Amino acid sequence: MDLHLKIWRQKDKQSEGKLVSYDLKELNPHMSFLEMLDTLNEKLITEGDEPVEFDHDCREGICGQCGMMINGIAHGPLKNTTTCQLHLRSFKNGETILIEPFRAEAFPVKKDLKVDRSAFDRIISSGGFVSVNTGQAPDATAIAVTHQIAEEAFDSAACIGCGACVATCKNGSAALFTSAKITHMVLLPQGKKERNERVLNMVTQMDHELFGHCSNTEACEVECPQGISVLNIARMNYEYGRALFFRKK
Amino acid sequence: MILNSKIPQGPLEQKWDNYKKKAKLVNPANRKKLDVIVVGTGLAGSSIAASLGEMGYNVKSFCFQDSPRRAHSVAAQGGVNAAKNYKNDGDSVYRMFVDTLKGGDFRAREANVYRMAECSLNLIDQAVAQGVPFGREYGGYLNNRSFGGVQVSRTFYARGQTGQQLLLGAYQELMRQVGKGTVQLYSRHEMLDLVMIDGKARGIIVRNLDTGEIERHAAHAVVLATGGYGKIYYLSTLAMGCNGSAIWRAHKKGALMASPSWIQVHPTSLPQSGDYQSKLTLMSESLRNDGRIWVPLKADETRLPNDIPENERDYYLERRYPAFGNLAPRDISSRAAKERIDAGFGIGPLKNAVYLDFSKAIREQGKEKIQEKYGNLFDMYLKITGYNAYNEPMMISPSAHFSMGGLWVDYELMTTIPGLFALGEANFADHGANRLGANSLLQASVDGYFIAPYTIANYLADEIHTGKISPDAPEFETAENAVKKQIQDFMDIRGTKTVDYFHKTLGKLLYDYCGLARNEEGLKYAIGEIRKLKQEFYRDVRVSGQGDKMNSELEKAGRVADYFEIGELMCYDALTRNESCGAHFREEFQTPDGEALRNDTEYQFISAWAWAGENREPELIREPLIFEEIQPTVRSYK
Repeated sequence: MDLHLKIWRQKDKQSEGKLVSYDLKELNPHMSFLEMLDTLNEKLITEGDEPVEFDHDCREGICGQCGMMINGIAHGPLKNTTTCQLHLRSFKNGETILIEPFRAEAFPVKKDLKVDRSAFDRIISSGGFVSVNTGQAPDATAIAVTHQIAEEAFDSAACIGCGACVATCKNGSAALFTSAKITHMVLLPQGKKERNERVLNMVTQMDHELFGHCSNTEACEVECPQGISVLNIARMNYEYGRALFFRKK
Repeated sequence: MILNSKIPQGPLEQKWDNYKKKAKLVNPANRKKLDVIVVGTGLAGSSIAASLGEMGYNVKSFCFQDSPRRAHSVAAQGGVNAAKNYKNDGDSVYRMFVDTLKGGDFRAREANVYRMAECSLNLIDQAVAQGVPFGREYGGYLNNRSFGGVQVSRTFYARGQTGQQLLLGAYQELMRQVGKGTVQLYSRHEMLDLVMIDGKARGIIVRNLDTGEIERHAAHAVVLATGGYGKIYYLSTLAMGCNGSAIWRAHKKGALMASPSWIQVHPTSLPQSGDYQSKLTLMSESLRNDGRIWVPLKADETRLPNDIPENERDYYLERRYPAFGNLAPRDISSRAAKERIDAGFGIGPLKNAVYLDFSKAIREQGKEKIQEKYGNLFDMYLKITGYNAYNEPMMISPSAHFSMGGLWVDYELMTTIPGLFALGEANFADHGANRLGANSLLQASVDGYFIAPYTIANYLADEIHTGKISPDAPEFETAENAVKKQIQDFMDIRGTKTVDYFHKTLGKLLYDYCGLARNEEGLKYAIGEIRKLKQEFYRDVRVSGQGDKMNSELEKAGRVADYFEIGELMCYDALTRNESCGAHFREEFQTPDGEALRNDTEYQFISAWAWAGENREPELIREPLIFEEIQPTVRSYK
């Protein structure tokens, strides 16, 4: 199949970017979207041009490193799918595809389609953990967790930190990412002990990183490759109010 | 050189305790005077960095990804082994030790393997305490499943995303230390050289992948937890960035490489569909608990799988290995698939796959049950192939996966360079010639959480009087200049072929001549071809962009340059081992019915290799394997 691409090219953080057009012919529809970009880059290199920089690693939909806006949709048209798991059979022969980096104030562009998502790491660093040191854990059976709770916690823990929720949100909010970790931790007995401190610290850090506020459009859930539910955000808000109420003066 | 594995005295079950009793300690007040560099943030890297940070050492943690959470441990699906015996099915540390040693075809050290089984108990406790949401029974207790090569249920799992959840647990503990300031994090940094001063590892040279700047970092000890080099085959189950460069650069500085040719080929990956393909996707081995593997009885079958009646299907694993059936170990299952495919019974558009069929399991257990166990894997299969595996069998195929070889380490996980440690898949230890399923997450984790914290402290205890290591030392200058020169050389070639072209060509060569099956003639041919390809690379590769800016092509060029040398060593390693064992199947050494023929009289040793210089035959140093507890037997899964 043939495709016409319009790709955001930006030399570095400071430079202005622009859309550049490229044509690719005779592509195999079974090719993944990233393999299509590999093919483009092979062509650019042999023609003496600079290849398009984009983030990717596992290409199995689990590391969370890939991600771009494809025709205005984070990770492209397929639901619950990362860019690496998107295949050309989802597009029409001859189609024009617009490819841009994830856009958010908290995710500055580094080059072309690469953005800086280290703000997510700093949110986790502010409280997204159980404070347990190595080598002193009690026997695993000492902490019983029902099947139902473990499964619910897993649903939230499955977030891959790709940033699609932020990129698709008109406010650039990190509420889905942050709330997923808060929910994962608060559901489990191990994480409950630090619930107040955790939610206050993580929400404060999230604001500090220039993420916008959540205004409940629920676009994040729609674009999340892991199908993380917006109910996590409701829980975060509850936990935040609860923590404020119980905060020691 | 005589290798000293430093295995402690005493009976097997007391060796680790004996070591810990005698290991030297560092006073808490002195720990902040000591700097440690950890390269890699997977399970081994994150856990050792977090552990050392907790203890009060100054830790610098490096990864090439944009966040430590992306390390490839994240992709492991099926589970992690631990001899907890929660199922009351007869499991024990000893049984796990025996299974692992046997699974590795008796080419691993007894003491290491026993310690891994022993520490497995603590790992589950540690992960649960971190909030890893393992699968649970309805009453709240932890659940297990079984994996290839064993007859008990000892694998703990978090749906099909166990690696992800374990890694996130370790990453969160790492980020907790980053928040506390005990660990400094350098993401998007790649190690390009090891710096040695007076024979000891004293630092690294890294490239900041965002800015292209070359940086020097000094420390009292360096830990490499950089994972495996299975991506050398280009088509493999590994992430695109996985590489062998850090360990290879250390090897060229004097650290021995052990058993480089033992690279596991995983039996349940998705088949290749075209030349454009960048990687192969792994489907979890746990699928073999319920899926039955078969090919048509008739060669060149054209009917759809559901149209082929039961009596015209060949369930070849159940036929050849009735005791283990579809749960036969990975090397056995991969080779059995290759045998059927080569014999003309392969299926799929390229005739390069076999069927993995869930119809019986769905009939017996219901679709919901199967969905709960493997739902995400079925979804992934649908996304990649466009086929619904609830309605028809999956197509699977063997693909390069896990490197059992790596830097040679002693019982302390220290390489032959003092102060240089290698953890997890970056070292050669524990798995022997074949890794049993669900032991990889385990080994990486216990190395980082429970073993290296003791052994690194034991080393550092003698370093408290050393004082700060200066990155201005001439050794740093020399290493930095060498790295800069290599980058300039790549940029100056301005040839016509892309880096990926060379990687793909090398990968195909290795797959054909040093892959699932090897023979003397093929290996000798491959060595010659690799050398020619390497020459062509240095003459005709084209690296676009600039050397001192963000440049993915340049990153890849450095890794592929190292792959040529690693590939050559893999062939030498396979060539010298005149036997078949685990992942290493030499066609000249097999039984009449096609099973591996091991030679314990002559090859019961670990091959450790010393770098002899470019295009020169490497030097082989043997570490004899001594079995005190169990005597090697012929592996049989029949």
